[in-house]
Amino acid sequence: MIDVLSAIGDVLTSEAAYLNALTFAVFLAFGATGEWVAERSGTLSISVEAMLLGGAFAAALGTARFGSVAAGLACAIAAGVVVASVQANMSHRLAANQFVVGLTLNILVLGVASFLASELKPSIRKAGTQRIPLLADIPLVGQALFDRTWLFYLIYPLVPACWWLVFRTRWGLELRAAGENPQSADVSGIDVNKRRRQGIYVAGATCGMGGAYLVLGAVGQFEDSIVGGRGFIALIAVIFGGWTLRGTLFGCLLFGSVLSFRLSLPALGYQLNGDLLASLPFVVTILAMSLFASRVRPPVALAQPFIRGLK
Amino acid sequence: MSAESITTGTAGAPTAARPPRVRRPEYGQLAGVVGLYVACIGAALALSALLVEVTGGSSVDVFSALLNGSIRGDGRIGATLGVAVPLLLVALGTILSNRAGLVNIGQEGQLYIGAACAAYAGTKLGMHGPHVVVLVLLAGIVGGALWAGIAGLLKYRRNVPEVLSTLLLVTIASQLVGYGLKNQWLLLAPAEGRSNRQQVSRQLSADTRLPRVTWFGNQFPISVFLAIALALLVGAVMVRTVWGMRLRMLGHNRRTAQRAGVAASRYGGAALLVSGGFAGLAGGAMLAGGDFGNYTLVPGFASQIGWTGLLVALVSRQRAALAIAMAFVFACLRTGSSFVASTGVERRITDVVQGLLVLALLVPPALLFLRQRRRAQNAAGDRT
Repeated sequence: MIDVLSAIGDVLTSEAAYLNALTFAVFLAFGATGEWVAERSGTLSISVEAMLLGGAFAAALGTARFGSVAAGLACAIAAGVVVASVQANMSHRLAANQFVVGLTLNILVLGVASFLASELKPSIRKAGTQRIPLLADIPLVGQALFDRTWLFYLIYPLVPACWWLVFRTRWGLELRAAGENPQSADVSGIDVNKRRRQGIYVAGATCGMGGAYLVLGAVGQFEDSIVGGRGFIALIAVIFGGWTLRGTLFGCLLFGSVLSFRLSLPALGYQLNGDLLASLPFVVTILAMSLFASRVRPPVALAQPFIRGLK
Repeated sequence: MSAESITTGTAGAPTAARPPRVRRPEYGQLAGVVGLYVACIGAALALSALLVEVTGGSSVDVFSALLNGSIRGDGRIGATLGVAVPLLLVALGTILSNRAGLVNIGQEGQLYIGAACAAYAGTKLGMHGPHVVVLVLLAGIVGGALWAGIAGLLKYRRNVPEVLSTLLLVTIASQLVGYGLKNQWLLLAPAEGRSNRQQVSRQLSADTRLPRVTWFGNQFPISVFLAIALALLVGAVMVRTVWGMRLRMLGHNRRTAQRAGVAASRYGGAALLVSGGFAGLAGGAMLAGGDFGNYTLVPGFASQIGWTGLLVALVSRQRAALAIAMAFVFACLRTGSSFVASTGVERRITDVVQGLLVLALLVPPALLFLRQRRRAQNAAGDRT
C-alpha cells in the first residue's frame, strides 16, 4: 500500500509524467472534441480511428513531400475530412448503417495507410518546440503545457471554438436539434442529414489535427500502429464525459494519464504489469458507464439514421 | 398500394371475384439491380488496381497472385476453406444478434477469449483422447458466450449500450489473454521447448486436434462441415421456429415485441450469448483446426478474424446461406494475400481491396432502399 502511495506521489511530482500524460491527453482531445460535435448531431462515428490514422499518415506524407509542418497539417486536415466525407455521405445520404461504415473505414484506412507507407516510406522528423516565456516556467506543469510544438497549442483555441460553434451559433443549435429530435428539426426546416454530415466534417478536421500532432509533435515517424485503437479511447472519452465538452476533456485527461503510466512508471523505477494497466482505461470506462449510464442523457437520436417519413 | 385496390376496398366489392394478383418478376428492374452491384464492385476493384498502378506495381499480377493463393494453386482451396470456417462461424453469430436488433461489434474479443479458453481446456487439464476435441470446442463456446454475456448483463441490468461495451471488451480481452500468455499457471507453455522470448501456449497434442480430410488434394479440417451445417441450422431457426420469430420481432420493433410477450432482456440476452458463443466456437475451431498458429495459442492469435467475420455478416445482409459464400470470398482475400508479396507489392493491399469491396457492397442496397422510399412517398401523395 505504501508502495502504491509513494508511486502516486512520485508520478504527481515528476515533470516527465505530466509531459507524457498531456501528450496523450491532447492527442485524445483533438479526436474527442470533434467526435463530441458529431455525437451531438446524432452520429456515433466509430471512424475516428480511421480519421486520426488518415490524418497522421497524410501529415507524415505532406511534411516529407513539402518540407514544412504547416503543409503537413493542411494535408492531415484534408485527409481527415476526406475520410469523414465517406462516413458522412454513406451514413447520412445513403442511410447505410453508421457502425458498418465506420468499421469498414477503420479497416480500409489502415490498409491504405500501411500500404502507402511501405511503398512511399515518408521520412520525417519531430517538429521543433516553441517555448512560451514565463508560462513555461510554472513548476511541474509549465513545461508540459507551454514548452511544446505549435501543433500542440492548436488545442487551446480549438476547444473553445467548438464549444462556441455548438452552443452559441444558429448552426450549432440546428446541429443539436438534429441530434435530439430529428423529426421536429426536419419539420422546422432544418436539413437534418446535412447538419449531421457537417458535424462529421468537423470531426474529420479535428481528427486530422490530432493525427498531425501525434505523428509530427509526439512520435516523429509514421508506423501503422501509431493510433493503435486509441481512436476508440477518444470516442469513449466523449461517452465517459456524458456528452458534455467539460466531461469529455476530463475523460481525455484521465485516459491520457492512464495511457502514459505505461511510459512514466518504468522510467521512475517501478515494475508493473503492462497488460493489465493497458486495459485500465477500458475497465474504468465500463465501470463508469455501468454506474452512470442510467443517469447521463445521451443525445436522444444518437446513432439513429434519419429518413423522412420513417419512424 | 395502388389506388385501384383502395377504391374496390371502399366500395365493398367482392374481392373473391378477382384472381389474386401475382407479382411478376420485373426483369428490367432485376437487371438494374445486378448492374448496380456489378458497377459498384467494378469500381472498388478498379480503385484498388489504380492504387497498385500508381505505386508502380502491376495490378494484373496482384490479382492473379490473389487467385493463385486462394483458389488456383495446389491445395490452396483447402487453406481457404480453413480460413473461411471461423469467418463463417463469427458471421452466423453476428447475423443472429443483428436480427434481434443488437449491434454486437466485439466478436474479435469474444473469439480471442474463446480461443484462450479452448487452449486452457486442451493443454492444461491434462486429458487425452478424441473426446477432448469436443471439450476444446465447448470451452471456446463457453468463453465467447461469457465474454458477450458481460455486455448483455451491462445492457439489461445497467443500461449500457452494447455497441460500446462489446467494443471496449475487445481491447480488454486482448490484454487479458496477453496476461495469460505471460504466466505459466494460466496459458504459458513450460520453459523447455520454447525460446525465452516466445510467449505461446503449449501445442495441442495430436489426439486433441480436429481431424483433417483431403479432397482432391485439398486438405481442410472437418470443422468445414460443422460450419456449413450450423449455417443451415441458423437459417432454419430464424425462419422456422418460434424462438427465431421472436428474435426477429424484437429486432423489428422492440415495443411490439414487448407487448407480444417477448422480454427484451431474455431474448436479446440470449441472442448476445449465442452470438458470443459462435465467436468463441470460431476461436476454438481456429485453435483445433490447425490453419492458425499451428495448434498453439500465440499472441495476436485472433488476427482480425473477428472483425472480418463481422464484415462478412454485414455484407451478407443477415442471410445465413449468403454468408457461406461471402465467408469464402473474404477467406480468398486472406489466403491470397500471402501470395501477393511475391509480386513486389505490399500484401496490405488486400486490406484495401477488402475495405473497398465492403463499401461497394453497402451502396446498392442503400440506393435501392432510398428509391423504394421515394416511390412509396410519391404513391402516398407526400409531394403534393
